[in-house]
Amino acid sequence: MTSLFNGLLVIVLVMNLFALGTSRIHALIRIVASQGVLLGIILLLVHRHLTIPAFAVAMAGIAIKGFLIPAIMLRALRQAEIKREIEPLISPLASIMLGAIATAFAILFSGQLPLVDQNDGALLVPTAIATVLVGFIILTTRFKALTQVVGYLVLENGIFVFGMLLIEAMPLVVEMGVLLDLFVGVFVISIIVNHINRAFSSLDTRRLLLLKE
Amino acid sequence: MTANLIHVLLLLVMPPLLAGVINKTKAWFGGRVGPPLLQSYYDLIKLARKSMVLSTTTTWVFRAGPVVTLAAVLMAGLLMPLGAFDAPIRFSGDPIFFAYLLGLARFFTTTAALDTGSAFEGMGAAREVTFASLSEPAVFFALLVLARLSGSLTLTGMLHGPMGGFSAATAAPLILVAIGLFVVLLAENCRIPVDDPNTHLELTMIHEVMVLDHSGPLLGVILYGAALKLFIFGALLLHVLAPFQTGVAWADWLVFCAEMLAVAVAIGVVESIMARLLMRRVPYLLTGALLFCGFGFLLLVR
Repeated sequence: MTSLFNGLLVIVLVMNLFALGTSRIHALIRIVASQGVLLGIILLLVHRHLTIPAFAVAMAGIAIKGFLIPAIMLRALRQAEIKREIEPLISPLASIMLGAIATAFAILFSGQLPLVDQNDGALLVPTAIATVLVGFIILTTRFKALTQVVGYLVLENGIFVFGMLLIEAMPLVVEMGVLLDLFVGVFVISIIVNHINRAFSSLDTRRLLLLKE
Repeated sequence: MTANLIHVLLLLVMPPLLAGVINKTKAWFGGRVGPPLLQSYYDLIKLARKSMVLSTTTTWVFRAGPVVTLAAVLMAGLLMPLGAFDAPIRFSGDPIFFAYLLGLARFFTTTAALDTGSAFEGMGAAREVTFASLSEPAVFFALLVLARLSGSLTLTGMLHGPMGGFSAATAAPLILVAIGLFVVLLAENCRIPVDDPNTHLELTMIHEVMVLDHSGPLLGVILYGAALKLFIFGALLLHVLAPFQTGVAWADWLVFCAEMLAVAVAIGVVESIMARLLMRRVPYLLTGALLFCGFGFLLLVR
């Protein structure tokens, strides 16, 4: 069972690096959407006794993160009619290297943590830390409002993986709350994206540094 | 003994068929009929009957290039176990020999290109070795992972580990290594995201540009060597993907051939659905492959 998880979690790690390396917003959104779907599937597998509420949460997670949020973002992208290229602060190669360093750090760091035996061989903790760090990297090195939202989504995916450690203890209400927050957050940001675009005719958040009447 | 004979026979006969399968797949995606499956064999026969045109500026290096390359790649093919069977030649440490044989092949291809004194071929040679400096470490990391997983230092031992002996617990590093090796396979054999085997625009070519001056039988030798290299890398990738095996000898050979053709179809699909990367983005892809193999190793030793 652990091996199957580890296999799936490694794919999550691979997706992180792809998200850092891609240069198109469409591809970036799709990668993060498939990462959300994959995490939903892992959540289904991680439950020892699959109850109906747990199943519903996993399905809701897949539906919201895999389909609803990407649809909203792609719609915002279409309406804003911005350039499809991501123009990061640092080159894609540097981003990938940073992500690789973060992942290596996460793997080595979690080896030092005193984990419960149950989680010792599993990749859950390294994946969670690495995904959170990659989320930070995307958040800080991308300028467009939409790509920053994607960074936020990756960050949330990392926290979601971490939540799987506490799957027995964490009530489903918490997970539902997180999902709802995420959904509302993306929804609001997508509306804001439109307004930014109308006011500045660009989604570059660097332009938001100056206040003006 | 029979296994060795079949090994040599497959190694000599099958590679051009892979190119045919790839072209058929691409033609199917494009809605064309495409060249016949055996077209690569016809091409090789045609080239073998032609006469050679040698530039007056070239020396023996130019003629030795394709021959040494083919010999080195053939030797590497004898070290590589196919499917469920052992390689005909195996000794402790042969992964290093394998890697250096491929390095020797590359060295002679690039020196033969430089020997012509053509600016285009020099450019191709420079590109080839630049990208090789990223793909070779990836192969070494992949071999390191396999050696550590299996505890063996022969290619036969370490590649047969994943098929039967390894538990599913090693799935995580093997997935990473498989992705890395697939990218290396595409890069080393000049397939689409890295290089386009069909294009003849010098500015964007890597491998094709190095062999522009070769003609007749020498060009045939080069094409055949390239097909062999694809076959060997395909066999390496199949081991890491831990494919299905039956335990009955003749069925295993059939399974191996079918899987090899499946790899060719997969390459054809990748070529059909992807555009070639910008030349300056190729290092990103190869660095990614290197990182995947490196992470596979890191996961094992942590």
